[in-house]
Amino acid sequence: MTRLEVRGLVKEYRLRDGFRSTRLRAVDDVGFSLDHGRTVALVGQSGSGKSTIARLLLQLERPTAGEILLDGRPVARRGAGLTRYRRLVQMVFQDPFASLNPHHDVAHHLARPLRLHHPDLSRADIDARIRHLLERVQLDPGLAGRRPHELSGGQRQRVAIARALAPSPGILIADEPVSMLDVSIRLGVLNLLADLQREEDLGVLYITHDLATARHFSDDILVMYRGRIVEHGPADEVILNPKHEYTRLLADATPNPERRFGEESRTPG
Amino acid sequence: MTGKLTAGLAIAVPIVLFGLLGPLLVQDPSRVDDIGLSAPGAGHLLGTTQTGQDVFAQLAYSTRGSLIVGAVVGVLTLLLSGFFGIVGAYAGGWLDETFSLVINVMLVIPGLPVVIVISAYMPDRSLLLVSVVLAITSWAGSARVLRGSTLSLRSRDYVLASRVAGEKRWRILLVEILPNLVPLLASQVVFAVIFAILGEAGLSYLGLGASGTFTWGTMLYYAQNGLALRLGAWWWFVPPGLLLALFGAALALINFSIDEIINPRLRSQTRAARRGWRMSREQLRKAKEATL
Ligand SMILES: Nc1ncnc2c1ncn2[C@@H]1O[C@H](COP(=O)(O)OP(=O)(O)OP(=O)(O)O)[C@@H](O)[C@H]1O
Ligand SMILES: [Mg+2]
Repeated sequence: MTRLEVRGLVKEYRLRDGFRSTRLRAVDDVGFSLDHGRTVALVGQSGSGKSTIARLLLQLERPTAGEILLDGRPVARRGAGLTRYRRLVQMVFQDPFASLNPHHDVAHHLARPLRLHHPDLSRADIDARIRHLLERVQLDPGLAGRRPHELSGGQRQRVAIARALAPSPGILIADEPVSMLDVSIRLGVLNLLADLQREEDLGVLYITHDLATARHFSDDILVMYRGRIVEHGPADEVILNPKHEYTRLLADATPNPERRFGEESRTPG
Repeated sequence: MTGKLTAGLAIAVPIVLFGLLGPLLVQDPSRVDDIGLSAPGAGHLLGTTQTGQDVFAQLAYSTRGSLIVGAVVGVLTLLLSGFFGIVGAYAGGWLDETFSLVINVMLVIPGLPVVIVISAYMPDRSLLLVSVVLAITSWAGSARVLRGSTLSLRSRDYVLASRVAGEKRWRILLVEILPNLVPLLASQVVFAVIFAILGEAGLSYLGLGASGTFTWGTMLYYAQNGLALRLGAWWWFVPPGLLLALFGAALALINFSIDEIINPRLRSQTRAARRGWRMSREQLRKAKEATL
């Protein structure tokens, strides 16, 4: 039963341009919440600040202002509090070719989070859990000894998902989890994420460019434009009834079969 | 195992063994004999010097001396460049700024002139002192290379992923980053060893090397002073010169093969690899033109 809440989040980067330094507001006064059992999609154009929000939520960078609350309490910056936060909030990265260390095998990637967050597990327990995790993401447990370069893109991303699930988190942040994969296997990975979300009662933040999958896989949609959240609401509502001009543009740009067929049936001939 | 690595090891390993075991088997290299300068023959495998010292014995001790210089400089370069290059870049912030300032200052100090000045200043130089001076003037280049790679590795997604998993910082450095730097470290150390052995030989040849010890450089220095060239005493100056050249070439070959491991694109550019593609002579020529 985890709830992650964000209030008034701001992130500024200082850009050095010769001797002058300018500030770039990558994230500007953003607030939303992630609840267990729900999927929230964060859509927006490139450079709108989606990945920056993900990095802030994962404590990889410090916000300039604003607060992040886990179950109503501010997030600890160090020590046992941070360890607890790391166990509960996990991430799937965009590029499965970069997010696995080429030097280590699959088992290492899954064993480390298990050891860190469940220090009392024996070696046999960890081996059993690794097999179980690989089965959860529909991979052959025999892959445990392989190195990342011996796996396909889809297999790697499944390993990355298994790694994120290893500490048994309550919140999963997926930053464009399928954009680097071949089109033909995207749906499989998204369906896997949706199944896991239901079974583990996860709160998922699904970051994407793609309104069609955002609508299909999520309950709510947040639309981001230049660092601000310009629209927020239930998925169908946001897509069928866009309030903000940018959302309207975005919705028009994505193929929408219902509307197309609707138009064609109206034109005679 | 590539052909280059095999060739490099086939030359380097016997020389190292000779340097390790040779001094245990030969006579005292400084023992003077009244037979004077004599050509190779029975009793003296590589002949004698002007004062009747056994050249083969000197060669064994010199090999050991040069290898000691190489080893000391290699280890010191590894430690110094690893500390200032990798740790600084990984920690970031003011530590990185400070370390990178140190590296840059060391980089612009001209190496060889400083070595000559320091060596000239110290009348009594041990082999260790010469090695330390060579190491201190030469580690900065490696540190810079390592710093660049560490900076790019520390922002890789898999490093971020292990931070998200909750790994400790020192463990991320040792387990996630360092293994990916090992080939680069190895090639930097091999390069430092080549530089050190050649640098020491140059210093000794100028008479600024270690006093009272044998290295390939000091042998050449004494051969030069003893007019070996004018007297046609090839057995005196060819062996140390040859070993120096061979060992340098062997280490360079090893370094090339490490570079090919780091950068797989180099591997597919070699002629041997192209022959493996079974291309015709005509196609090979075209491929060569295309990459030039
Ligand atoms: N470390 C940084 N320093 C300076 N500017 C940054 C930094 N990281 C991100 N930015 C800037 O912040 C803005 C938001 O970047 P972000 O990566 O969050 O975009 P995004 O929405 O994830 O885009 P994409 O869909 O292409 O992944 C961009 O303008 C980017 O240039
Ligand atoms: Mg992004």
